[in-house]
Amino acid sequence: MKKYDKLVSNAAGRIVPTEINGVDQYPYMGIGKHKPSGRKYAPQIVSCSDYPADGNKTIPSLKDALIKSGLRDGMVISTHHHFRNGDLIAIQIFDIAKEMGIKDLVWFPSASFECQSVLVKYLEDGTIHHIEGSMNGPLGSFTSEGKMKGLGVLRSHGGRYQAVQDGEIIIDIAVIAAPTADAFGNATGDRGSAACGLLGFALADSQYANKVVVVTDNLVPFPCIPWQIQGNNVDYVVVVDKVGIPEKIVSGTTEITKSPDRLLLAEMTAQFCDEAGIIRDGFSFQAGAGGTALSIGIYFAEILRARGMKSRWARGGSNKYLVKMLEDGLLDYILDGQTFDLEGVRSMRENEGHVNTSPFTSYNYHGKGNFSSMVDVVILGATEIDVNFNGNVVTHSDGYLLHGIGGWQNCLHAKCTIIPIPLFRDRIPVIVDEVTTLCGPGDLIDVIVTERGIAINPKRTDLIEKMKNSSLPIRTIEELKAEGERICGKAAKPKLSDEIVAVVKWVDGTILDSIRKVEK
Amino acid sequence: MEFINEKTAIAGNKGKGIRSDCFVTLALTTEGGLQIEIQSKVAVFFGEAIHKTAVSVLEFFGIENAKLLIEDTGAIDCVLAARIEAVIKILVNTSKAYLPEIYAANNYSTTKERNRFSRLYLPGNSPSLMLNAGIHKPNAIILDLEDAVAVDKKFEARFLVRNALRAIDFYGAERMVRINQIPQGLEDLDYIVPNNVNLILVPKCEDAEQIHVLNMRINELKKQNNITNEIWLMPIIESAKGVMNAYQIALSAPNIVSMAIGLEDYTADLGCRRTNEATESFFARSVLVNACRASGIQPIDSVFSDIADMEALKENVLKSKALGFDGMGCIHPRQIKVIHEYFAPDSIEIEKAKKIVLAFDEATAQGLGVVSLGTKMIDPPVVKRAVKTIDLAINMGKLSKDWRNEA
Repeated sequence: MKKYDKLVSNAAGRIVPTEINGVDQYPYMGIGKHKPSGRKYAPQIVSCSDYPADGNKTIPSLKDALIKSGLRDGMVISTHHHFRNGDLIAIQIFDIAKEMGIKDLVWFPSASFECQSVLVKYLEDGTIHHIEGSMNGPLGSFTSEGKMKGLGVLRSHGGRYQAVQDGEIIIDIAVIAAPTADAFGNATGDRGSAACGLLGFALADSQYANKVVVVTDNLVPFPCIPWQIQGNNVDYVVVVDKVGIPEKIVSGTTEITKSPDRLLLAEMTAQFCDEAGIIRDGFSFQAGAGGTALSIGIYFAEILRARGMKSRWARGGSNKYLVKMLEDGLLDYILDGQTFDLEGVRSMRENEGHVNTSPFTSYNYHGKGNFSSMVDVVILGATEIDVNFNGNVVTHSDGYLLHGIGGWQNCLHAKCTIIPIPLFRDRIPVIVDEVTTLCGPGDLIDVIVTERGIAINPKRTDLIEKMKNSSLPIRTIEELKAEGERICGKAAKPKLSDEIVAVVKWVDGTILDSIRKVEK
Repeated sequence: MEFINEKTAIAGNKGKGIRSDCFVTLALTTEGGLQIEIQSKVAVFFGEAIHKTAVSVLEFFGIENAKLLIEDTGAIDCVLAARIEAVIKILVNTSKAYLPEIYAANNYSTTKERNRFSRLYLPGNSPSLMLNAGIHKPNAIILDLEDAVAVDKKFEARFLVRNALRAIDFYGAERMVRINQIPQGLEDLDYIVPNNVNLILVPKCEDAEQIHVLNMRINELKKQNNITNEIWLMPIIESAKGVMNAYQIALSAPNIVSMAIGLEDYTADLGCRRTNEATESFFARSVLVNACRASGIQPIDSVFSDIADMEALKENVLKSKALGFDGMGCIHPRQIKVIHEYFAPDSIEIEKAKKIVLAFDEATAQGLGVVSLGTKMIDPPVVKRAVKTIDLAINMGKLSKDWRNEA
């Protein structure tokens, strides 16, 4: 089987394969253009008579659960990243598979983290065939250097739900790490010694996977209340000593920045939102992970407090800063997609206004609408932006895979998308002629805030009009690019091979761009 | 690249936390041409550019055979060139200078009266802090060759500061350099006077004679290099003797535009502790303010060193303003906003100034020679000050330009 085949030029002018890992694909057709018909993929029919009538689905070990689930060569195994860098389960699954001599598995994580870097050895020995999710750190380097057996697929959080509903990927076994569960399989993330918040990323898997295994270190007598995952979807429950390290859900990107330059970016962004009339009583916002994005929330809070206004809802990743706004009465609801720190976990447990959501409610392309397009303003990061406002969030300028897409693509659908970024990082200009990897079409990216000026997408004539008399330094994107190049010099282009090692999917499942092998 | 039994010169910084800088090692050889090794985190993008600059600097100084190792963390071109020039000049005696072009937008001089509320100290040998200093909009930046540079880094820092004055955009901030103490500081002048400096800070100034010596050398260099714009001076008073001579110092030269006080050294000189209440320095600060006002220059206060406590900084600024100071030093960009906010006229001052200016407008319209507000006569200096307050308030964004029609 070829890793990829049938190259075409898609609607964004990018050369992409329309067959990957032996499966036919659609090329990107434009925003909101691809609308498949027919019926969604449906899970297998099961009968309750096959399950223990007393509701006790516990099984002695993860290995037993995997064997009972029929683990064999070529299966698709899913895991989730609600423990972020504190995940302990994904590695165990592949240790067991290796021990059993299983080959060519497809790993379908909702995101991968540094702690899972050791899985490189299973990519090398063929236990894992390829990854569909995100590839960072050593997993990213391994992929970028063309060493993965299959072709990598990167999807957004919403795209993951869509892929499952389209039957684009059929999960054989989903393993859900749960801080608290009962023997029937009801599970929650908001309590227990390993409480990590919510389990929304595992929702699709619990509904659609052929076999669902819940792993917990805190088994409570039925019923587990609240249940974020319904036991009626669960096959087996495994009790282990430790399911995850909650302290490690807090990563570097979830602390507010101390850098004066980044704080200035945050301040300028907040001022922009204020002057553009975005901050008003009842507005909604979402700030992604990353120190700058988080700091913007602090400035929003200051402005709201000074005016006696409040925000109706904010989309999480929740963190202590958002929680403080909720508790100070500056915010009615946090609609939380993942918890970035333990204050978020506490708040979710204690505060009725802190609500857990899922990629279905927030991001899914095959829902009858979703929350992402209803948000007034979203603040995101990027590794590169080009003069057409296209964004890259997955590869470094040198071509190496660096980050997953996360909810980034989905969030672009907000009423106003703002990307605050420094004009250059260590002499590498951030605003370029053409992004290395296209992750987000420029039509959806409205404002770029840099410390040396703010560029508004020419398509947003309304924003340009509103900011006409602003004291903020409004520039064109070309001016910003020229300023970056004046300071840094013009960066040479990295040498990338023609060979494709991974693809970036758009929120609708079509192929937006190809990621090329890096020449060492 | 290895350097065994070779006479090497080094310059620059490397190691944990170092960014936008480079560490270079040079050995002159007798054969083998120019051997240049570049270890850079941005090699993919700028490896060739770095090599080109290195060759260009070496050739400029006529070096044909050498081993040069560049360990780079993203230094921009003028930093790289400064580092290479420094190592060359450690080994080679030459009067030539490899000067980066003066960036066009940096061709500005400053006036005696301009606002000097905030001036941001930047260590003279740390390029990463220089690059973004201007974006925080301080009234001035100070490239510090004195206390912020270690003794063994003084030589290389001069090249960096010189290149920064020419090529780094400080976005309209007044370009200041704090030289070393006189007489050592006189050697610093060669690197800064011909290279786009607006103002020189004179540390530990104790008498008028030091200013005369300094100005003599400055004038010599200006003449030699055809420099016509003003180079202002700001003596820093940091000792008991300096305080006692403050008025003479202030009057000693027409290019002195302000004087600052440095309290760390001053309290050490007095033999007492520097406290938050600052009673020990009340006399010195008052003397300085009086000396400045008597001679028509700006009194500038010492820096506030707790960079995390913005509330305490605010209190400090308010006290400083109440004593008569016109500004203070900053050691962190986040201090700038607070300093501007609280040195600027407050709402009571603005309201009063508005009334005075409106009364003046009315008197002028009616052809009256005397301005009065209610039953009170208003003297011309009061009107002048009110106009200045209004201008300042407009400049600081505290008052609309169109305030007369909005009232």
